[in-house]
Amino acid sequence: MFPSAFEYSAPDSLDQALAVLAERGDEAKVLAGGQSLIPLLKLRFAAPAMLVDVNRVPGLNGVAEEGDLIAVGALERHNGLARSDLLKTTLPLMTSAAPLVADPLVRNLGTIGGSLAHADPAGDWGSVMLALEAQFVLQSARGERVVGASDFFVDTFTTVLEPTEIVTKVRIPRPRGSSGGTYLKLERKVGDFATVGTAVQLELDNGTIRRAGIGLTAVGSRNIKATEAEASLVGAEPTEAAFAEAADLASRAAEPSSDLRGSAEYKRGVVRTFVRRGLAQSLAAARGDD
Amino acid sequence: MEITVTVNGAQQTADVEPRTLLVHFIRETLRLTGTHVGCDTTSCGACTVLLDGTPIKSCTMLAVQANGRSVTTVEGLVTNGSLHPLQEGFKEEHGLQCGFCTPGMMLVSAALLEDNPDPTESDVRWAISGNMCRCTGYQNIVKAVLWAAEKGRTESADASQAS
Amino acid sequence: MAVHEGVHGIGESIKRVEDARFIRGKGTYVDDIVLPGMLHMFLLRSPVAHARLVSINADAALALPGVVAVVTGKDLEAHNLAWMPTLSGDTQAVLATDKVRFQGQEVAAVIAESPYVAQDALELIEVEYDPLPVLVDPARSLEAGAPVIRDDKEDQSSNHVYHWESGDKDATERAFAQADVVVNLRTHYPRSHPAPMETCGIVADVNPATGKATLYMTSQAPHAHRTLFAIVAGLPEQNIRIKTPDIGGGFGNKVPIYPGYVVATAASLLIGRPVKWVESRQENLISTGFARDYHMQGELALNRDGKMLGLRVKLLSDQGAFYADAQPSKFRAGLFHIVTGSYDLPAAHVVADGAYTNKAPGGVAYRCSFRVTEASYLIERLVQTAAYELGIDPADLRLKNFIQPEQFPYRSATGFEYDSGDYPAAMNLALEKVSYRDLRREQEEMRAQGRLIGIGLASFTEVVGAGHGKDYDIAGIKMFDSAELRVHPTGKAILKIGVQTQGQGHETTFAQIVASELGIPSEDVLVQYGDTDNVPYGLGTYASRSTPTAGAATSVISRKLRAKAKKIAAHLLETSEEDIEWETGRFFVRGAPDRAVTIQDTAFAAYTNMPDGMEAGLEGVHYYDPPNMTFPFGTYAVVVEIDRGTGEWKVLRMVAVDDCGVRINPMIVEGQIHGGLTEGFATAAMQQIAFDEDGNCLGANFTDYLIPTAWETPDFETFATVTPSPHHPIGAKGVGESATVGSPAAYVNAVIDALAHAGVRNIDMPVTSAKVWEALSQAGLAE
Repeated sequence: MFPSAFEYSAPDSLDQALAVLAERGDEAKVLAGGQSLIPLLKLRFAAPAMLVDVNRVPGLNGVAEEGDLIAVGALERHNGLARSDLLKTTLPLMTSAAPLVADPLVRNLGTIGGSLAHADPAGDWGSVMLALEAQFVLQSARGERVVGASDFFVDTFTTVLEPTEIVTKVRIPRPRGSSGGTYLKLERKVGDFATVGTAVQLELDNGTIRRAGIGLTAVGSRNIKATEAEASLVGAEPTEAAFAEAADLASRAAEPSSDLRGSAEYKRGVVRTFVRRGLAQSLAAARGDD
Repeated sequence: MEITVTVNGAQQTADVEPRTLLVHFIRETLRLTGTHVGCDTTSCGACTVLLDGTPIKSCTMLAVQANGRSVTTVEGLVTNGSLHPLQEGFKEEHGLQCGFCTPGMMLVSAALLEDNPDPTESDVRWAISGNMCRCTGYQNIVKAVLWAAEKGRTESADASQAS
Repeated sequence: MAVHEGVHGIGESIKRVEDARFIRGKGTYVDDIVLPGMLHMFLLRSPVAHARLVSINADAALALPGVVAVVTGKDLEAHNLAWMPTLSGDTQAVLATDKVRFQGQEVAAVIAESPYVAQDALELIEVEYDPLPVLVDPARSLEAGAPVIRDDKEDQSSNHVYHWESGDKDATERAFAQADVVVNLRTHYPRSHPAPMETCGIVADVNPATGKATLYMTSQAPHAHRTLFAIVAGLPEQNIRIKTPDIGGGFGNKVPIYPGYVVATAASLLIGRPVKWVESRQENLISTGFARDYHMQGELALNRDGKMLGLRVKLLSDQGAFYADAQPSKFRAGLFHIVTGSYDLPAAHVVADGAYTNKAPGGVAYRCSFRVTEASYLIERLVQTAAYELGIDPADLRLKNFIQPEQFPYRSATGFEYDSGDYPAAMNLALEKVSYRDLRREQEEMRAQGRLIGIGLASFTEVVGAGHGKDYDIAGIKMFDSAELRVHPTGKAILKIGVQTQGQGHETTFAQIVASELGIPSEDVLVQYGDTDNVPYGLGTYASRSTPTAGAATSVISRKLRAKAKKIAAHLLETSEEDIEWETGRFFVRGAPDRAVTIQDTAFAAYTNMPDGMEAGLEGVHYYDPPNMTFPFGTYAVVVEIDRGTGEWKVLRMVAVDDCGVRINPMIVEGQIHGGLTEGFATAAMQQIAFDEDGNCLGANFTDYLIPTAWETPDFETFATVTPSPHHPIGAKGVGESATVGSPAAYVNAVIDALAHAGVRNIDMPVTSAKVWEALSQAGLAE
């Protein structure tokens, strides 16, 4: 309940923040929303020598169109994203997921960038980003690099993010044509981590499926992109049978563990159910677009 | 580190370790003990305060992060000696028993009513779903918030009639 | 003086007096208390479940600036404090000396100037453990050759704790021999935890100059704790003052004496400064009194027409590493033998055994009425199972076997004398409110459409109000309770009671009793409790006993004062006592109602104008020994729908009919029921403290041990019938635990009911979506 002592820095520019990280990155942790980090500090599962608070760094907020992309600032809070009209119209998968992250209070402080960098396999945003084929902008004192979501998540709580880098922005390709997306989450109660979560994105082209994105939460050592399931849908007619097959493939892509939330078989069963339902709901929304 | 936080409208300056949690700053440094600690995993919401009007869990924020910002605790709900409609509502509708979760419940509800003066029962249940209660089963808490919402709407209707 | 219109007494839903401070955030809980020079104590706990304690090195901790002391079991041994008695006649380690016996057991204490420093110091203490084999299954604990956990006890050569029986074995066997059908249910009521929002804690302030120990404690039984402290710590009892500040929920969690209390007190005594110990949530869940953990096998013998003939129960209780159930000492399995429930069962036999395991001690907690939760769950699940086996509607099977109103007082096959009840009335009201018969038709229609709806019933009878001194004592102290009432000259009053609210609203409800009995408006009655120097001896609040015991004492003492006031009234009205009549708040002359004095007039006169020879004042104290227990009852009806794709179940309706006799404050009664129905829902749906094979506790925080939020918790429709207790002065029975007793079976029965047509008979709690899905899959009902 009482963190170990640490040094604290609250830079008010990105350059300053990156400079501190360049020097102290190995023994420092970035503090954004703090809703994952501070609990770890309180239980002393983490005891960094320094915290770099980036909440005063300007330019890390905002949801805006950038040409063919939607750009979301890493410091956007979950509740802010839930209320974004731009996201509601262009990327409803995100406004479907945002209200389901943690609980209403945590959503007021927690950030999408922090959540992605934390890379909890039970984290919701990772699956959403995989389904949307998002790109993450990572910055350090040495410059910027862009990493696709599929390459970003390496393992449990492990990403390609270097200790000297922070995520500054998430870029999502703007869906073409009619589209829909749904996040479904089975949790034992509000605020619990997902037992199973599924992020489904469908984009249609003249009635057939141009693109399908399926991301899975809490059923592996990291968020999973169900690539085979996705591939089975590309170019296909959006029929119940196609959805059933994709759902089946998705459930086989899952690698869940048996625990108190349920057996591995159960979790695969829920993946199957949720992907099927998610696809049906996304299709209805996409058709509603026309 | 020296910090200055506006708490319930009054500026408070103190020297705190960076690791001091906001809830401990409120309870121990400022001796405002209406904000409570109920867990150690950011689960229960007994520590809820308003940060610049937004409800947050003060056990999961560092006091230094509140530097230059404003915090409202339960002690700040009374204005000019009058109870906030929520405080009245919790009493009218038996929305509390042991009282431990009550400050958090009232503050998160105050933020809800600021945002949505006419919530449904479902809106209220959703808004307080980050706050745990063991005594009431939530039903009367919901009634209390709806009572306060009704009172708030009546009062502002009266006020706008009067003006 | 004028008579007060409306005294706001029994039966009125007046708003609560105590709310004034809580809504302002001005409650005072233990952690709010700060005393000059106060130190902070943290406990170091064992990370392993069973091991020899080889060595403890606290040098580095002691060297940390701000650390004042480190206390170990060895230090306590020197003062004979390393072990303490439990409320069940066993002993429990205060700080480990030889071994640690459960994960989370107290090993050492750090006392420091600030909690942050204390936490830092904990990390610097080096402890060496030598692991031993771990036992987490009570059945395995009892196998021959199992390592003996309590090798500290001379006469303990196994892990068997107790054997206890109730009922008539032979009569039951005969009943079973005659039966057409025997229905079986094997079920584990999982380990859970009361988890009040406020954890346990103490500020121990032993004054070095006077030797007076003032202990601000989260205690549901301050007097009993004081006496036990005196015995255990050897402190003179008049020098111990226990003051309970506001308590943030108890639910039985704050009945036991925990090592933290003892160590903090010893530390304050030795150091000469106040010491605060407030546990973290993890400590609360991993080490303080858990609840339930009963492995039960029930058999119900019936005739084919549904008439119940006999009940047999065998149960194995997981007691953890120390037998520390907080229960009346004559009962090893609490009041489990109420297990015949609401039914006219002529024969029953219960066999109970307890076993030690490498887990935290406890068992009696979480609004269980001393194991009535376990008993009620078993019988209501058995009856439901019997209904399916016999092809009789679950409501009808219950109605057929209920004890009928004319059978009261009813002597049960296990020796309880039920005071009063009208089970058919409660059931029929529940069935009406939930539209039961229509629902059964809808259930069939929806099944045809592929939707799974279930209707679950539970008709519980529970037993509270411990209790009559002959049978009920806590660690030898008889379970009477007390009320001291004093009326001041200006007609206001102060009532001091020996029970201890933790949110139940005693400051309001007990004043209402005085108001009805004496005619003094309840707002003129100040209620005090929780200060052992100033209130009469009582056994505290748990097991729904406050209204049946201290409520009765309040009524009795009020009537005694009324009798004295009547004499004063006769004196004031210059007439004889036989001519005086009473209506609430005033005495008048029979036949001449305008010749009257108010109760306030008599109070004033008690100090200013007494009859010759009468002692001054209008006050008295009564210690009430209840003649019997009371038996609240009710019927709950739950309707659920199951999601065939995920196994999740949702409560569509929850109808609760409760009968707790006369209801002092219906608003408060309803609040108690809402809380209990929610805890019952939590129990049924999501709660367990699980352990892995190594004894690691898998439920030691709120991310694993789940408390439902307002989003999951259903809406409740509450109703009441009123069947007064014939032996209670105001006919009230107590209600705090009815809903936790009765509702889990109702929820579970509803889920099973949705699946029973496919042959599903049981799913153990917590009935998670995963378990439901497994049942759906096996029954061929999954989406």
